[in-house]
Amino acid sequence: MNTWYLGLAAILLLSIGAALWRVHRGPSAADRMMGAQLIGTGGVAVLLLLAAAGGPEAAIDVALVLGLLAAFASVAFAKTATRSGLGDPESDAEP
Amino acid sequence: MMPLAFDLFLCGLVLAVAVAAVSGRELFGSIVFFIVYGLLMALAWVRLEAVDVALTEAAIGAGLTGLLLVGASARLRRLQAPEEETGSRKARAATAIACLSIAGLIGAAVLLLDPRAPGLAPMVDCSLAESGVGNPVTAVLLNFRAYDTLLESTVLLVALLGVWSLSDERSWGGHGGLRQYARPGGVLATFGRTLPAIGLIIGVYLVWAGSKQPGGAFQGGTVLAAVWLLMAVAGVADAPRVSNRLLRLGLVAGPALFLAIGMAGAMAGDFLRLPPEHAGNLILLIEAGLTVSVAVTLALLVVGPPQRDLPHGEPS
Amino acid sequence: MSVLDLITILFTGAGTVFFIAGTAGLLRFPDTHSRLHALTKADHLGLGLIAVGLAVQVASPLLALKLLLVWGLAVLAAATTSQLIARVALPPHLERQKENAGQ
Repeated sequence: MNTWYLGLAAILLLSIGAALWRVHRGPSAADRMMGAQLIGTGGVAVLLLLAAAGGPEAAIDVALVLGLLAAFASVAFAKTATRSGLGDPESDAEP
Repeated sequence: MMPLAFDLFLCGLVLAVAVAAVSGRELFGSIVFFIVYGLLMALAWVRLEAVDVALTEAAIGAGLTGLLLVGASARLRRLQAPEEETGSRKARAATAIACLSIAGLIGAAVLLLDPRAPGLAPMVDCSLAESGVGNPVTAVLLNFRAYDTLLESTVLLVALLGVWSLSDERSWGGHGGLRQYARPGGVLATFGRTLPAIGLIIGVYLVWAGSKQPGGAFQGGTVLAAVWLLMAVAGVADAPRVSNRLLRLGLVAGPALFLAIGMAGAMAGDFLRLPPEHAGNLILLIEAGLTVSVAVTLALLVVGPPQRDLPHGEPS
Repeated sequence: MSVLDLITILFTGAGTVFFIAGTAGLLRFPDTHSRLHALTKADHLGLGLIAVGLAVQVASPLLALKLLLVWGLAVLAAATTSQLIARVALPPHLERQKENAGQ
């Protein structure tokens, strides 16, 4: 079973590597952010598989923290795209 | 075979991302690569079985650094700061050679270590029973080498004072950062209300679990700082005024408590000596104080120096 | 190989397939919004199937709950960021429409 988990984790690492190309290429900043988001979720999946494959079981806690904080950079990016950097991307009202 | 392939590929990815972050032409692309680098390093730490470090790396690299750098780059763009010219070819080549040699020296030093040498692990295991906790990392951080941790928590405080000193004369004592806004009932506001509740539980859990399994005050404090920052970004909470008494109390609570316990130990024998029968409870007390201080300090570090609401009410 | 092992292999394998599909979409789709579609498939389905596949293997129900919490957090994060990024990445003619309506 451990070989299966590690094999899947290696395949996920490959797909993380592929997503890096989008971070490098992405014509717009939003594309780069999406690449980072995918890599974050991929990292969470790899950590879960590592925890199952005999790695330290506390890796699930690392996955928990990563999943909790994964969105932060994207939220910061979305805020900075508003006109004053302080508003909400969904509305035009500014503070 | 499979673990080796996984590790080799991870190393390759880390190197590729590091090179991409440093050599990118566009600032935002480099920032995203740097955030990805933090993510991959967390994976590497887990593979090296250093889960406490992985927790801190995940919290700071993915969460706080992302917020800080993205906000900073947007601010630079808004101020239309001129792009720095890169140095001459020779300067860049010299820097590259210096970095490569340092990396090579560190690598050689690590590889020259004897992998079979037990290191300090047997000594820690012997004394673990008297340390009051079950997690050897927490035992080393808060009992055997508590002096270092005391100084580290003070260093964080000094760093915050350095950031505060960047504010201009008129805004001193005011709120950190600028007022954020989120549409009520919108996606951002809902996120800023839902996640912090879960984050609070996870943060406290990490501090509590730090005595038996990977976790601890720094990890829990970082998660708490991050979710508080989310509340500030989503307009749910506002950065408090720098002159707020309660805030300043929270900032010094951790180091002060630590120092007080150390002094009490000095009166009973040695500075920072924790008697084995009380060590567990004392460590929990120190960790509680440290969590509050680390959370407040890190959050204020990201929010930045006071920028508005002058003491006499004029907007800056 | 017990039934549980078979279920785990099936679910985790399917999860990985969705991840690969999501990444392929991120790389190959023509514009930002369609790439966003691909991204959320990987986030929700890929991670969910892997989490469920691993949850059947663990001994304690608390640990299984933790695994599902990890998935729940990823879903919450992905839902929020996809909405926000979609707004940020509005194509230029819609941006102008939005500004004209606001004025």
